[in-house]
Amino acid sequence: MIDFDYVRASDVGDALSQITKHQAAKFIAGGTNLIDLMKENVEQPTRLIDITGLPLNEIQETQTGGLKIGALVPNSDLAYDQRITRRYPLLASAILAGASPQLRNMASTGGNLLQRTRCLYFYDTATPCNKRRPGSGCGAAEGFNRMNAILGWSESCIAVHPSDMCVALSALEAVVHVAGPKGERAIKSADFHRLPGDTPEIDTNLARDEIITAIELPSEDFSRNYSYLKIRDRLSYAFALVSVAAALKIEAGAIKSARLALGGVAHKPWRAPDAEQGLVGEQAGRKAFCEAADIILQGAVGFAHNRFKIELARRAIVRALEQAAAGTPQSQSVKVIV
Amino acid sequence: MSVGTNGIGKPVSRIDGPAKVTGRAKYAAEFSAPDLAYGFVVSSAVAKGRIKSIDRSAALAVPGVIEVFAHDNRPSLPSSHEKYTDQVAAPGSPFRPLYDGEILFSGQPVALVVAEELEAARFAASLIDINYETQEAVTDLDTQIDKAFEPPEKRAPEWNPSPRGDVDSALSRGPNLIRKEYRTPVEHHNPMETFASTAVWENDGRLTVYDKTQGAPNCHEYLCNVFGLAKEKVRVLSPYVGGAFGAGLRPNYQLFMAALAAIGLKRSVRVTLTRQQMFTLGYRPQTLQTLTLGAENDGRLVAVKHDAIANTSRFEDYQEPTVVWSGALYPCDHSTVTSRLARLDLFTPCDMRAPGGAVGMYALESAMDELSYAVGVDPLELRLKNYSETDQNYGKPISSKALRDCYLQGAERFGWSKRRPEPRSMREARELIGYGMATGIWEAFRVPTSARAILAPDGTLEIACATADIGTGTYTILAQIGAEMLGLPLDKVIVKIGDSDLPSAPVEGGSWTAASAGSAVMEACDGLRKELLKRAGAVSNAPLRGVDLADLTWVDGEIRMTSDPSRAMPLSEALLGLNEPITSEVSSTPDERVLQDYSHYAHSAVFAEVRLDEELGMLRVARVVSAVAAGRILNPKTARSQILGAVVGGIGMALHEETVIDHRYGRFMNHNLAEYHVPVHADVHAIDVIFVDEQEPRLNPLGVKGVGEIGIVGTAAAIANAVFHATGVRVRDLPITIDKLLALRQPTNNHAA
Repeated sequence: MIDFDYVRASDVGDALSQITKHQAAKFIAGGTNLIDLMKENVEQPTRLIDITGLPLNEIQETQTGGLKIGALVPNSDLAYDQRITRRYPLLASAILAGASPQLRNMASTGGNLLQRTRCLYFYDTATPCNKRRPGSGCGAAEGFNRMNAILGWSESCIAVHPSDMCVALSALEAVVHVAGPKGERAIKSADFHRLPGDTPEIDTNLARDEIITAIELPSEDFSRNYSYLKIRDRLSYAFALVSVAAALKIEAGAIKSARLALGGVAHKPWRAPDAEQGLVGEQAGRKAFCEAADIILQGAVGFAHNRFKIELARRAIVRALEQAAAGTPQSQSVKVIV
Repeated sequence: MSVGTNGIGKPVSRIDGPAKVTGRAKYAAEFSAPDLAYGFVVSSAVAKGRIKSIDRSAALAVPGVIEVFAHDNRPSLPSSHEKYTDQVAAPGSPFRPLYDGEILFSGQPVALVVAEELEAARFAASLIDINYETQEAVTDLDTQIDKAFEPPEKRAPEWNPSPRGDVDSALSRGPNLIRKEYRTPVEHHNPMETFASTAVWENDGRLTVYDKTQGAPNCHEYLCNVFGLAKEKVRVLSPYVGGAFGAGLRPNYQLFMAALAAIGLKRSVRVTLTRQQMFTLGYRPQTLQTLTLGAENDGRLVAVKHDAIANTSRFEDYQEPTVVWSGALYPCDHSTVTSRLARLDLFTPCDMRAPGGAVGMYALESAMDELSYAVGVDPLELRLKNYSETDQNYGKPISSKALRDCYLQGAERFGWSKRRPEPRSMREARELIGYGMATGIWEAFRVPTSARAILAPDGTLEIACATADIGTGTYTILAQIGAEMLGLPLDKVIVKIGDSDLPSAPVEGGSWTAASAGSAVMEACDGLRKELLKRAGAVSNAPLRGVDLADLTWVDGEIRMTSDPSRAMPLSEALLGLNEPITSEVSSTPDERVLQDYSHYAHSAVFAEVRLDEELGMLRVARVVSAVAAGRILNPKTARSQILGAVVGGIGMALHEETVIDHRYGRFMNHNLAEYHVPVHADVHAIDVIFVDEQEPRLNPLGVKGVGEIGIVGTAAAIANAVFHATGVRVRDLPITIDKLLALRQPTNNHAA
C-alpha cells in the first residue's frame, strides 16, 4: 500500500482545483473499492481527496418530472428512498442485488459508477493485466475467465464492469452530471462507461480532472413492468455471472416500449437498441422475448470458462422479461426466482 | 470416577461469550508491547525458481523502516529440515522460511520488512524489487496422474488398511457394478481472523509470543528448535483464536517471521498476514477419486474399491484419511482402498475440517447413491441393508454405534418417506425439488493430555490446560466438567488454556479435545475430590468419615453420601482452615487396550433438500437435517453450533468453495473472500441438528466423542445426491456450479474462441 496524503475538499470547486494540482491524486467517498485496490497496490494514489463533505447528498425533483440524485447519496439511502422505491423500483432493486448492507451503507452513488472490474488478473499484481499495467498483456483471456466478458471485449481486455446499479441506470437512460475545470456537462449513461478497445486502462469517459455531481433520472420510470434479475454463484454478496435489467411498457398485451440492459457480460452495462426496438409492437410473451435475447447475444463470444454465460444470458433475459411483463419483479430479499 | 448431569449436558452459553462480544477477548494481533515494531511479509510473485537478487534500497529509504530481512541477510538459521518439524508435520522436509533463495511455491514469503509503523512496513514492502530466475511450475494435478506414488513414509499406517478378499474378481462377478470418478478442488480454510503473531521481546532475553494457533505447545517447541532457544526462554500464548478449521495446526510462517525479527532486532515485533497471504498457507488438497462398488441385486455390497490421488508439495508427503472409510463402513468381503500422492509446485496441504473424510465420504456416499438407483433400492434402505457393528477394515467391534438411530430419527424429522424415488419427480411451481441423504463418519480419538485443577480456599476452581479454543466451546465445556466434578456453580470456575506454560496438550484438532482435555480435567478434579474427602473426613463430628469416594455426590456446593444423603457436608466446610490452594495435576492417557480392542467412531446421517430453477441453474439447499451419534453431548448448545457450522461448511463444499489455479503462473487466483465463495446467510436455510442417544462405555470416562468434524462429513454428498434426485444430472466434480448443472460449460481448452 502506497504512502499517501489525505485532504478534505470543502466544495466542488476546491475538489476540482486539488485534483488538477496533484496528478497522482484520487477522490475518495465511500472507499469501498479504492481502499481494497490500494491495499493490493493496484491503485497507488499519492493523495486522497476526501469529498464526503461536499453538498452532494440530496435527492431532488427535476423540472421535467424526474429525480436528480446527488453523487454522495449512499447506496442504502438511495435504495430505500420512497421516491426511488415508488417511481424507480428497478433502480432500488438493482442496488439491493449488489454487495452487502455494510458496503451499501458506505458506498456512494457516484462511486458506484466508478467501480473497477473484479477480474482476477486486475487484482493480482503478480500477473499481467492491460487495464492495470498497459502493455503487460491480458492474463484472463487464456487464464481463469469464468467472470469475464462475452460481449464487446477486445484483444487487450476481456474484463467486465461489476456494478448492478449501473445496469439499471443504463436501462433507465439516466444522465450523469459532472463538473470539471471547464464547467459542467452531462453524459448519457450509455456513453459514460467505455468498451476496452486498445485503452482498457480507461474505464469511463469521465476525465481525470472531473467530478460526478449527480445522476439524473428521466421521468419515464417503468414502475409497473420491470425486473432486475441477477444470476450468480451464491445467493448474495457475489458479482453477477449475468444480470438483466428489464423494463416494459405494455398496453393491451402489446409492448409499447422496452428497455434491456445486461450486467456481468461486458466492459460496460450492455444495451441493445435493436433488440429493444424489435420488442415494440409485439405481444408480451416468450416468443418475442426469445427473439430479443437472440438479437442481444448475436455477437457474443466466450472463452474457456465462460461460454456458458451466453446461453445463461439468453435464459436470464427471457425470464427477466417474463417477470417484468407479469408484474412480478425479482425480489432481492426473498432470493427465490419466480 | 463418575459424572452426573449437573453441569454437564446443559445448553450453557459460552463463558467466553461476553469477553468476545465486548472486545475484552484479545487475539494475537491485539496484544501490544512497549516499542512494538511491525513486520510485513513480501510474497513471491513466481511459483518456482530462484531469487537472483533483492534490491531493498528503496524500501530502506522509507522513513521508519528498520530492517528488511531476507535469505541473504537473515540471522543464522539451522540448515537441517528436522529442526523445522512440528507435531503435525507430514513426512518430508519442512519448509524453511528465508533459508535460501529457492522458490518452492507462489506466494512464498521471501522477505520481511520491519518498520516503526505498519503502514511504513507495508509501503516499503511494495518497493522491494526482486529479480527472479524463473522455472516452469507444475500445478495441474491432471497432468501428474502417471507420476502418482504411494508415499513411502506413512503419516498414519492405519489409514492404509490391507486389502481383503479379491476385489477385482468379486467385481467382475457382481451383478451390479458402479465405477465412477469424483473430483474435489483445492479449498482454503479462510477463518475470519487472519494469522498473526506478536512476539514480545522481554528485557531478560525471553520471548513471549501471542500467536494464532491451535497448539501453543507445538509452536513453542518449533520456536525452540528453529531458533535454538531454551524451553524456559520461550512462551507461546493463544488465548483466543478467531476460527482456524485446521489452518492453525502447524506453525505458520508469520510466527517464524515475528520471532526472527524480534530475536534479530532484540525488540518486540508483530506480523499479521493479509487475506491474500492467507492463500499462501496450507489448504485442503485437490483429489481425483475412483470409486467402484459391486453389489447383489438386493443392494448388499460385495466389493468396494476406492482409489484416491491427492496433491502434495515437492517437499512434504502430506496425507489424509481419504479412503479408509470406504473399507471400514459397510460390510463386504472384498475391499481394496489405495491412496496416492502427486507432487505439485504448491505449498504443502494442511488438515482442513474432517481432512480426508470430507472428500472421501463425498465420493463413497455419492457412489452409494448411484448404486441405489442401479439396484432400485431406496438410498436409506440401502444403508440399512449394509449396516455393520464391526470395523470392516480391522474386524474390530465398534465400541458404540448408534448410526441406525441417526438414520431413523433423521429420516423421520426430515420426512424422507415423502420422497418419490424417481429423479425429477418432485417439483413445485418452477422449481425441481430433490431429496438426498448420506452417511457421515469420523474417528473418535482420545490422545494424551495433561491438566491441572486448583481449588482455592474460597471455593474457586481454576482449570489449566495448554489446549486451545478455536471457537468450538473448549472454555465452556472444561468449566462445565470442573463444575460438575466438584458441585460448583459455573461462575466459580476459571479456565486457563492456550498457553505453552500450562500442562501440556496436543494441538486442538481431530475432534479429540473434548474427549482428551475433558478427561484430563475430570481426572485432575478427581484428585481434588480425594483430597477434599480426606479433609472432610478429618473434620470433628465428620458426617463423611470413612465414606468411600465412589459413594459421594458432589452437587450444589455440597458433598453428599449417595447411599445416605442425610450424611452431607458443605464444600465450604471441607475447606475451612485451608490457607493454601489444593492442586491436582494429571497426565491423562487413553487405555491402550481399549484402543487396541475396539474401533471408535462418531457417526451421522445427513438429509438434504435442494430446490433448483432448472432453466437458470439457480440452486439452493432448502433444508438439512443432520442426525449425529457422538456419545455424551457435554453441551447441546455449543455442540449444535459445531454441527451448524460444519453443515454450512458442507454446503460450501458442495456448491461454492474452490480455489482456482492459473497453471501458467502456478498461482491461486481467487485469493480474496469476494471471489473465494463460502456460503453467506442467503445460502443457508433451515438446518436441524439431532443428537441421538449413544452410550460410549470405554473410550474415556466422560463417554464423549468429538463433534468438530462429523457435521461436515457426508453433507456435500447428501446435497449432491439431492441435486441428482431433483434433476437427473449427476455432477461428480465439486463444487456444483450453475455451468455444470446446466451442462453449459464447454470442454476446457484454454483458448479464446
